[in-house]
Amino acid sequence: MSAVQETVAQVRAIDVDQYKYGFVTDIESEKAPKGLSEDTVRYISAQKNEPEWMLEWRLDAYRRWLTMPEPTWARVSYPKIDFQDYYYFARPKAAPKSIDEIDPEILKTYEKLGIPLRERDALLGIESADKPRVAVDAVFDSVSVATTFKAELAKAGVIFCSISEAIREHPELVRKYLGSVVPVSDNFYATLNTAVFSDGSFVYVPPGVRCPMELSTYFRINEKNTGQFERTLIIADEGSYVSYLEGCTAPQRDENQLHAAVVELVALKDAEIKYSTVQNWYPGDKDGKGGIYNFVTKRGDCRGDNSKISWTQVETGSAITWKYPSCILRGDNSRGEFYSIAISNGHQQVDSGTKMIHLGKNTSSRIISKGISAGRSNNTYRGLVSAHKKAAGARNFTNCDSLLIGDTCGAHTVPYMEAKNASAVFEHEATTSKISEDQLFYCLQRGLSQEEAVALIVNGFVRDVLQQLPMEFAVEAQKLIAVSLEGSVG
Amino acid sequence: MNAEPKMTSRPTRTPAEQALADMLSAAPVSEAGRLGELRRAAAAAFVENGLPHRRVEEWHYTDLRALLRTVPARRAATSTPGEAVSFPNAIRVTLANGEVGPLPAELPQGVSLLTLADAIASDHPLLQRLGAAAPALYDAPLALNTALLGAGLVLHVAAGVKVARPIQVAQLFGGEAASVFTRLLVVVEEGASLSLIESFEGDGAAYLDDTVSELFIGDGAALDHVRLQAEGAAAIHLGTLVADLGRDARYDAFVLTLGAALSRLTVHGRFGGTGGHLGVRGASLLSDKRHADVTLFVDHAVAGCESRELFKTVLADSARGVFQGKIIVRPDAQKTDGRMMSQALLLSDDAEMDNKPELEIFADDVQCGHGATAGALDGKMLFYLMSRGLPREEAEMLLIQAFAGEAVEFVADLAVREVLTAHMTRWLEERHR
Repeated sequence: MSAVQETVAQVRAIDVDQYKYGFVTDIESEKAPKGLSEDTVRYISAQKNEPEWMLEWRLDAYRRWLTMPEPTWARVSYPKIDFQDYYYFARPKAAPKSIDEIDPEILKTYEKLGIPLRERDALLGIESADKPRVAVDAVFDSVSVATTFKAELAKAGVIFCSISEAIREHPELVRKYLGSVVPVSDNFYATLNTAVFSDGSFVYVPPGVRCPMELSTYFRINEKNTGQFERTLIIADEGSYVSYLEGCTAPQRDENQLHAAVVELVALKDAEIKYSTVQNWYPGDKDGKGGIYNFVTKRGDCRGDNSKISWTQVETGSAITWKYPSCILRGDNSRGEFYSIAISNGHQQVDSGTKMIHLGKNTSSRIISKGISAGRSNNTYRGLVSAHKKAAGARNFTNCDSLLIGDTCGAHTVPYMEAKNASAVFEHEATTSKISEDQLFYCLQRGLSQEEAVALIVNGFVRDVLQQLPMEFAVEAQKLIAVSLEGSVG
Repeated sequence: MNAEPKMTSRPTRTPAEQALADMLSAAPVSEAGRLGELRRAAAAAFVENGLPHRRVEEWHYTDLRALLRTVPARRAATSTPGEAVSFPNAIRVTLANGEVGPLPAELPQGVSLLTLADAIASDHPLLQRLGAAAPALYDAPLALNTALLGAGLVLHVAAGVKVARPIQVAQLFGGEAASVFTRLLVVVEEGASLSLIESFEGDGAAYLDDTVSELFIGDGAALDHVRLQAEGAAAIHLGTLVADLGRDARYDAFVLTLGAALSRLTVHGRFGGTGGHLGVRGASLLSDKRHADVTLFVDHAVAGCESRELFKTVLADSARGVFQGKIIVRPDAQKTDGRMMSQALLLSDDAEMDNKPELEIFADDVQCGHGATAGALDGKMLFYLMSRGLPREEAEMLLIQAFAGEAVEFVADLAVREVLTAHMTRWLEERHR
């Protein structure tokens, strides 16, 4: 059997059921009544003791959502979602007052996931120099259960807390920026999120501050039939810098769980935000049953001159991914980056990419996308680069590469490039290929096993993107890539 | 992508849609048989779907519903507009506003040419091919052309015949504004070869021409195709090219688009047998407010075929260029080799270029790639030439010629290439006048 045939055979035999994070945590939780109505929205708002303006904003979104059609343009297919069949709010019973009151079961969950929730654990980490400190906000189903390192961050003036807390403690900031990047009726899922979002993270970095540590959020959907609707808002004030990481997991369920998040980033003059995601939601079993529907709106606004927003994503999970982290390059000389690895296996469907909207002068953007399809999956890159009339000197470079493993998967590239300014320079290139027999043969004859060889080649294929991840996440991502393609490519 | 959702209630008809629907009901299809069915189905499809708009993905950048304001009536030509461009050594047939002029008295051995009207009247067997390779997806210009079938030509090259002289089908439009629907059916049988030239020229009248060319290239056959479009500033040109390739067939096309007020060319290339080669290249030179859209679909339905596309767009003033190209590789089309490139040069800040190269791949043992660029003339190159003593205008012309020239080079026939280059040079000179 030739090397390629062997790989193909292995892909067929792949056992997608080996999702590592598929455990269920047995804790009591409180849920809103099933289904969605104005009452659900009011319930969520009341549960979070929100001010009146917040409730109004949610209700406005809910009413608009009712009039909106579900989008159908993406290359994904799934049975019609019954939005009344989900729980829109679930939280562990007994809200914790401090970290010591957190249900030990939840703590254990996050320990299993390898997230140091307790500062003590994290501090232990510092002693071994290879583990830098990371402040974590952990979101379990609908509520944020713990945010670590708060005190130390506060010393630097950085606000890092759950969005519910921010609404209560920093209403002036929230009112000013929430919804300013992703407007209420931006799209079907963002509007739904606006109506029912339960929690998420809030970050504010004051002028001139370089955030002293990496900030991180871990999302976990635990409850059955729950939708998770988190909302993240990050504001980097003038001249500041912040790096933010996000990770996601969910237990194995036969039903499809819904995840519709909204992330808004605002970078003011000279500020920089680096946003990294390792998305590993449950992808469904080998027959395509279950898994997360990941319908996410992520957008960054380079509002000030010389600002920069960089998105890096490693997408290995979810049954369906529908996600386009974007940059609006409004400020002059602002810069947007998008680095993506999207791996699909089994019956996964990925339709992901980015939008770079050049509005300011001398703005630049860079897109590096690596798609890997295996099994019976379909992987689509969809991206828009546009330069408006006043975007003199706009510059874009796009590179999309797809790798196909096996002959039952699909890889698609749909880039849109709209240049409305003569001085804009756009370059785009895309390739699709399989692992070359030559490369495989070379590795094999050097004594590597088939799996090692393929893993090596795939890691080389995605290296440009991995390099963009913060060190400790790059290691995790590399492992994740190996796990995702296990049985097919090492 | 999910199928385009069926509109449960169509938006109200635009005046143009109404005029076209009226045109269809004024010319009801009475004939029986396959052709009659085809035409009735096409008419019904238009009545149901109307003109495409920006939510129809294939027409995203050319919103026909918004851009097509009025549709002139179909009427017999009153005056013959000018003389068609001549290509040296070519055998020429002229269609003036769709009306076929005298057919050449002598044709090379193995070549037959007849008017579509005669072919329909005699129920010619070649008509079995008409519409046979058309895409299943609804497309308004193609549907209208089929429903209003009548004007045009049928060209046949017998098996094994290598036609030495190019055959030119020259279309002229103008005089009085009219809507013209023409169809060209070309069948190049097994092992034969042909060089075909199509030209579309018109005056300043606000006419509409909807033209479809269906090309059947048999096993081992070859077709070289040149398409020159240089129409009036008020004209609307809707062109469709359907190329169906047999085993080991070769199809090389070059499309020079100087445009109309609004012009659209949809190319469907489909491989029916292994070993096929398809090359579609083009240059679009657009000035004023011209809008030209080139949309390609290359369907690798079978294994072992090769496709090459290269498009160069030069945009001056407030012109708008659109390039969409989709390479589809079906599940069994292993060993496919596909390359697509679109490059645009923007000479003005008011110009706009929209590029959408697409890959849709379902087989793993393939080599596919596409590239797209957009930008202004390279300042360094300009500086280099000017520092050598060239005036700015000349330096610009030289660079633009070199840019577009990369695509024209693929026209094998030097005499034909010269005519095309002359057209491009004239465009450049007029720009500086």
